[in-house]
Amino acid sequence: MQLIRQHKSFLSGLIVPLTSILFGFIFGAILMLAFGYNPILAYQAMIVSVFQSPYFIGEALRQATALTFTGLGFALAFQAGFFNIGIAGQALAGWVSAVWFALAFPDLPRIVLVTLSLIIGLIIGALWASIAGFLRAYFGTSEVIVSIMLNYTALQITNYLIRNVLSESGNSTERVGENANMGFAWLSALTQNSRLNVGFFIAIIVVILYWVFMTKTTAGFEIRAVGLNASASRYAGMSAEKNIILSMFLSGALAGLGGAVHGLGTFGNIFTQGGLPDIGFNGIAVALLGLGNPIGIFFSSILFGVLNIGAGFMPNQAGVPDEMANIVIAAIIFFVGANYIIRYFLDKIAAKKEVTNSASQGGDV
Amino acid sequence: MSELEHVIEMVGITKEFGNFRANDNIHLDLRKGEIHALLGENGAGKSTLMNILSGLLEPTSGEIKVNGKTVKISSPDVANELGIGMVHQHFMLVDKFTVAENIMLGREKTKFGYIDRKKAEKEIQALSDQYGLKVDPSARIENISVGMQQRVEILKTLYRGADILIFDEPTGVLTPQEIKELMGIMMKLINEGKSIILITHKLDEIKQVANRCTVIRRGKSIDTVDVASTSQQGLADMMVGRTVSFKVDKKPANPKGTVLKVKDLTVKETRGFDAVKSISFEVQAGEILGIAGVDGNGQSELIQALTGLTKSSSGTIELAGKNVTNLKPRKITESGLGHIPEDRQKFGLVLPMSLEENIALQTYYQKPFSNHGFLNYKEIKVHAKRLIEEFDVRTPSEEHTAASLSGGNQQKAIIAREVDRDPALLIAAQPTRGLDVGAIEYIHSRLVELRDNGKAVLLMSYELDEVMNVSDRIAVMYDGKIIAIVNAKDTNESELGLLMAGVSLNDAKEQVEGKEKEKDAVDSTT
Repeated sequence: MQLIRQHKSFLSGLIVPLTSILFGFIFGAILMLAFGYNPILAYQAMIVSVFQSPYFIGEALRQATALTFTGLGFALAFQAGFFNIGIAGQALAGWVSAVWFALAFPDLPRIVLVTLSLIIGLIIGALWASIAGFLRAYFGTSEVIVSIMLNYTALQITNYLIRNVLSESGNSTERVGENANMGFAWLSALTQNSRLNVGFFIAIIVVILYWVFMTKTTAGFEIRAVGLNASASRYAGMSAEKNIILSMFLSGALAGLGGAVHGLGTFGNIFTQGGLPDIGFNGIAVALLGLGNPIGIFFSSILFGVLNIGAGFMPNQAGVPDEMANIVIAAIIFFVGANYIIRYFLDKIAAKKEVTNSASQGGDV
Repeated sequence: MSELEHVIEMVGITKEFGNFRANDNIHLDLRKGEIHALLGENGAGKSTLMNILSGLLEPTSGEIKVNGKTVKISSPDVANELGIGMVHQHFMLVDKFTVAENIMLGREKTKFGYIDRKKAEKEIQALSDQYGLKVDPSARIENISVGMQQRVEILKTLYRGADILIFDEPTGVLTPQEIKELMGIMMKLINEGKSIILITHKLDEIKQVANRCTVIRRGKSIDTVDVASTSQQGLADMMVGRTVSFKVDKKPANPKGTVLKVKDLTVKETRGFDAVKSISFEVQAGEILGIAGVDGNGQSELIQALTGLTKSSSGTIELAGKNVTNLKPRKITESGLGHIPEDRQKFGLVLPMSLEENIALQTYYQKPFSNHGFLNYKEIKVHAKRLIEEFDVRTPSEEHTAASLSGGNQQKAIIAREVDRDPALLIAAQPTRGLDVGAIEYIHSRLVELRDNGKAVLLMSYELDEVMNVSDRIAVMYDGKIIAIVNAKDTNESELGLLMAGVSLNDAKEQVEGKEKEKDAVDSTT
């Protein structure tokens, strides 16, 4: 009975993200048909092309790497009951500080420099998010509003730093030295010189660590309990303030690490940003699509990586403009969001049914 | 049977959820002008049956007749048209709206597209007068008492033309005085030709007002009996399926040494008024101190301050010789406090988490349940299994969510968790609220057992019977103060009732004695 139930919930758990992906593709197809494009050709270009070349597989995984970090970051705060919409700003803070550090100490041994740069990015991202956590814990301000504002603060500060401190009135910094290179020769060789780097393996390790933290540690237990029932957690002696700040700190740490890996691994420098980096908001979508499960987030990231890279093929191979690819991605994100709402209500209905059912079953106390 | 007019006949009602039968061939008939009690334990299938009658659920099989005609109640609207109205346990009212606006909601009287408030208010006033409800149609819901809000719910069904009223556990939220008034209203409704189904598991209420009673157990209708010729004991035994003991079996208390010492404690409620006003009392090891009082006289705030959930503004709390005033909840818990919270689903449990995790909710950070910050699920499971066994928590497994348990079993899980930590003081706030007699019996015996093991127990309850039965001493709270502390065996219901209404102990004693003399005088003249 229990096995069936668990099996069922596992399946129904998969159904939600899979339908939103399907709906996203169908919506994109309808739109393409309406504008006279061939959707089959377009999707073929989008997906098949990526898998035909090791280079593009490498690039898709490289893209997925950053999203895994930001997705996990969002999911962690979300499990504690907070909506950290400031992931993008925290990632940017991590990016600029990691690059800055790598530029400042180019002569450190490679392993030390890479490690320290990433840790600096992680810490700065964490501290940036903690501002919102601290204000929420002690003054009751909404973490959503504060972290939105912090996004723009991070954006402007970063651009200021690039123009005035990290370069001489230029729009980008120099590239970091060879000792801050995150690439592996064998990995580049395997993927025909893609920018896939050690960050991908760090991401896999972090996925495992995230799972262990949330399910096996007392701190993770507290975060889950607070997210599910703050009143009962307070009754059980858990500190609300501590858990708010801790979960925002860790959320920002993951986002900052994502930004640092993205910055050093993908670009090796930082340039003035017109807007907040995509990895922030796509990370939120990835977290929702992955339903907060670290493994799910990892696979959602890979899907988004493939779509992002694959979109580049649509104009050439199917004559579908770039914008269409973005619309398909946006549609999937939309259905993820919409499905989250649908799921919320489905869960409520299911919970109600379960309560009445089992109440009647176990009522003979 | 046929000479009596049946307004409702439910014949062979069966409702299946998957392969589980919530209702199994249930028979229920309601005569015109009677109060018909529907009695059963939590989860016996009462709600399912009434949801079928009010159109929220469709039966798997069976027949429903209203006024002799077979009907299909496919939606609440259909039920409405058939004159069936439900007075819900949880009120469905808009706080900011007036009584009249709430009653009109969804049935607005309009004149040229404008809401004709005057006309509606007049109609509602007329209905209120007719049934003696004394409701002011222009009052805002947020400004009227819970008892009044319930009358608004009653008016709502009457306004929609209900002839058959279903009352779902109507007295759970009411004060003793309000309960008395509600009983009066129900009698009045009957006299005006309405028929009532009363869902309850309070036997004294059934004895007071009901004509007949249908008992449901595990989805089956056991019997329908005349209330006048059946004892409370008989009803209880039928409901539970075995003999139930009402009197809490206990030896005299053997108090030794103060465990809780509260001095001049003042607590503000959320709006900044003093809810608890300079209270002092003590609880000894080996005794149960009951706190009686009408809901809203500072009991909840007192308990929140004792447990650290609210800060007190002045005074001291000493637990087991240690000053715990305004310490964090965990510090107080570790000083020897067990707490069964008033709202078990909001404070006592994390419903979506598994039972084993909930059982470890207070101790997860201690050895052996965790080690250097890592949880030890093996120990957590062993511990949960032992408590589930020991406290007879009915669940398919310890891995099921707390939400999937019935109310009684949820409460047992909380009690297991709190009692197992072997606290010097157990605070039990409304520990049996909403539970059936079987579970109540069990919980009371556990509290007494704890006392006999030399622990101190503080029992807060709005149920006078419970306080009187279980406690050794009773502190009565009124308007934020303890108005008197009396010995349970030296007091009685009338005296406590007067104290709860704010009458001083001396006056209460006089009044009670006066009444008894009067009664003696009447008895001797007849």
